[in-house]
Amino acid sequence: MDILRIATAGSVDDGKSTLIGRLLYETNSITKDKIEALESASKRKGLDFLDLSLLTDGLIAEREQGITIDVANIYFSTPTRKYIIADTPGHVEYTRNMVTGASNAKVSLILVDARQGVVEQTARHLSIAAMLRIPKVIICVNKMDLVQYQESTFNAIKDSLAELVAQTTFEGQEISFLPISSLYGQNITQKASEMPWFKGNTLLGELEAFEYASTLAHAPARFPVQFVVRPMTEAYHDFRGYAGKISSGTFKVGDAIRVLPTGQESTIATIEKFETKLDQAIAGDSVTITLTTDVDISRGNTLVLASEDNAPALKDFSAQVCWLDHTALSPGKTYLLQHGINTTKAKISQITERLDVATQTSTQGVDTLKLNEIGTIALRTAQPISADQYAANPANGAFILIDEFSNSTVGVGFVK
Amino acid sequence: MQTIQDKIGHFPRQLEDESIYILREVAAQFERPALLFSGGKDSITLVRLAQKAFFPGKIPFPLVHIDTGHNFPETIEFRDWLAKETGAELIVRYVQDSINQGKATEESGKYASRNVLQTVTLLDTIEEFKFDACIGGARRDEEKARAKERIFSVRDDFGQWDAKRQRPELFDMLNGRIAVGENVRVFPISNWTELDVWNYIKEEKMEIPSIYYSHQRQVIERDGMLWADSEYLNKEADEIPFEATVRFRTVGDMTCTAAVASDATDIDVIIEEILSAEISERGARIDDKRSEAAMEKRKQQGYF
Repeated sequence: MDILRIATAGSVDDGKSTLIGRLLYETNSITKDKIEALESASKRKGLDFLDLSLLTDGLIAEREQGITIDVANIYFSTPTRKYIIADTPGHVEYTRNMVTGASNAKVSLILVDARQGVVEQTARHLSIAAMLRIPKVIICVNKMDLVQYQESTFNAIKDSLAELVAQTTFEGQEISFLPISSLYGQNITQKASEMPWFKGNTLLGELEAFEYASTLAHAPARFPVQFVVRPMTEAYHDFRGYAGKISSGTFKVGDAIRVLPTGQESTIATIEKFETKLDQAIAGDSVTITLTTDVDISRGNTLVLASEDNAPALKDFSAQVCWLDHTALSPGKTYLLQHGINTTKAKISQITERLDVATQTSTQGVDTLKLNEIGTIALRTAQPISADQYAANPANGAFILIDEFSNSTVGVGFVK
Repeated sequence: MQTIQDKIGHFPRQLEDESIYILREVAAQFERPALLFSGGKDSITLVRLAQKAFFPGKIPFPLVHIDTGHNFPETIEFRDWLAKETGAELIVRYVQDSINQGKATEESGKYASRNVLQTVTLLDTIEEFKFDACIGGARRDEEKARAKERIFSVRDDFGQWDAKRQRPELFDMLNGRIAVGENVRVFPISNWTELDVWNYIKEEKMEIPSIYYSHQRQVIERDGMLWADSEYLNKEADEIPFEATVRFRTVGDMTCTAAVASDATDIDVIIEEILSAEISERGARIDDKRSEAAMEKRKQQGYF
């Protein structure tokens, strides 16, 4: 069975945590003791209904303030799929967490309050889903119970989003709209009895039906070497294996490969997964590859297919970045750039523009990027990195920036 | 008849690939990593993953056990067997030594346990061996504060966790850079659930300590749960031991892990029991019930 990662986003009170609580509840993913704890916590808060949001707001400060601060990971399963939800805060000041939580997601769930319709946050979330190339977006129009389950309200919200959706979406992205009520479990895992006019799938139905795995296996083949396995024991005296997780594409035994950035060539002798020898391995597989000839390969090198025409090697390039740190990005400063498992120094020469994701407008001539801001930068690395354009191959096109002195992760970038 | 696999599906192998990737990053990014081994099913799973990650090479870091002295003898026996079986180096340090040195004080009362005391011995062990990364078997589904823990969790030189200072983790990129004196706690099975772990043990046909399976044992009843009778448990006058058929769903110290009445002698039945269980795994851990934020508070103080 496979894993589907979902990112949820929404504004402060549009019921995101309640939606997740409802999903867990209806897929039998919470146990009796947790429900009991929830009942007593809801009572302490003076509520006469089960506040399912108390399930996910884990930190003391969050429960006190009734808001979600950090990314929480929540799990549920059906017999066909394991789901991991990254529940991220909706406040504007937490764009950082939204980008973080959504970075691994294949589906973005965006909540809209049926009474309020589209707000600035909705636009922000759509833009971020597009920036991260998330292949599926489900826009849930929630709290339909508070607008008498009217079809006209749902349609009006859908229409008002049409222009924005057209502006942000990219080829291959699926976007769907669902009317739901998290509080009353309408259209979450069961068809909405109150909305017979809606002919589409339920939320869980949409998630179960979504397929994404094949695109990654067909992307250009990239294998970053994490660790060189050299047992030097009697039984494996000459064994030299390259261990790593395939970022994208497919490798087969017998394939001619090239090593980046050195350019050496060889042929794949074996692909091993513990004691099993495989004929081929695809994106996401952690394997150990051996070659037919002795070549000098160390951690940080990337294996690609020798037939690959445009093997990537970037030194001077531009990228979109989202800034994650309280100390603003300043041009001229040197950072450490980590692309996959590989780290090199990088100097940011210029911020070419700052993007307002809510309005899709950009400003030129800016000299800093502050926490939660998104912009385009020009940079130069000390060593070339084997990265692809993010839009062409997201699995090999992102990097993080690390402050050399604090060691914190201060930015995330997407190669343009 | 519906099989277990019909009900819960096969183990999602992607989880194994991701955990192996994390373990290889630990071996590559740190100078002195260690795997914290408790003898429970989660740390046994970690050992299995480490075996696979570096095969045909050996596990390139030691297994470290902080022995509270209140462990089940079956756990200790299993620990020694596993170290021998895998050829991994085993380091054991004792909470009793920390108590003898006056660094930790035994708790008193009915609920006394050495669970909190472990932190003292752990921090001393990290200092003794200059470990810069400690791999642990915590999972995000266990508890609410754990749900927000990073895979690479940076701790200061007192081992403290600061929720607000956590580094964002994007895609699968792991930033393990630290200052001198700091160390990182690494959680490779963060995204596994209790069921995933059992499904993996089943599919991999892994050995686990015998107390996970049904057996006869002297127990007492307390707070609606069954507790193993032992010299370490502070019993009240009306808590009279009796024999019962039980197994353990989670294995910690004898003083803070409750048993469940069970006839499950094989792993399929265990999985069935979990599926129909009414309480969560950590519901059987009295250490979490001390307050709603018990885990978060212990982590701030350097707990694992």
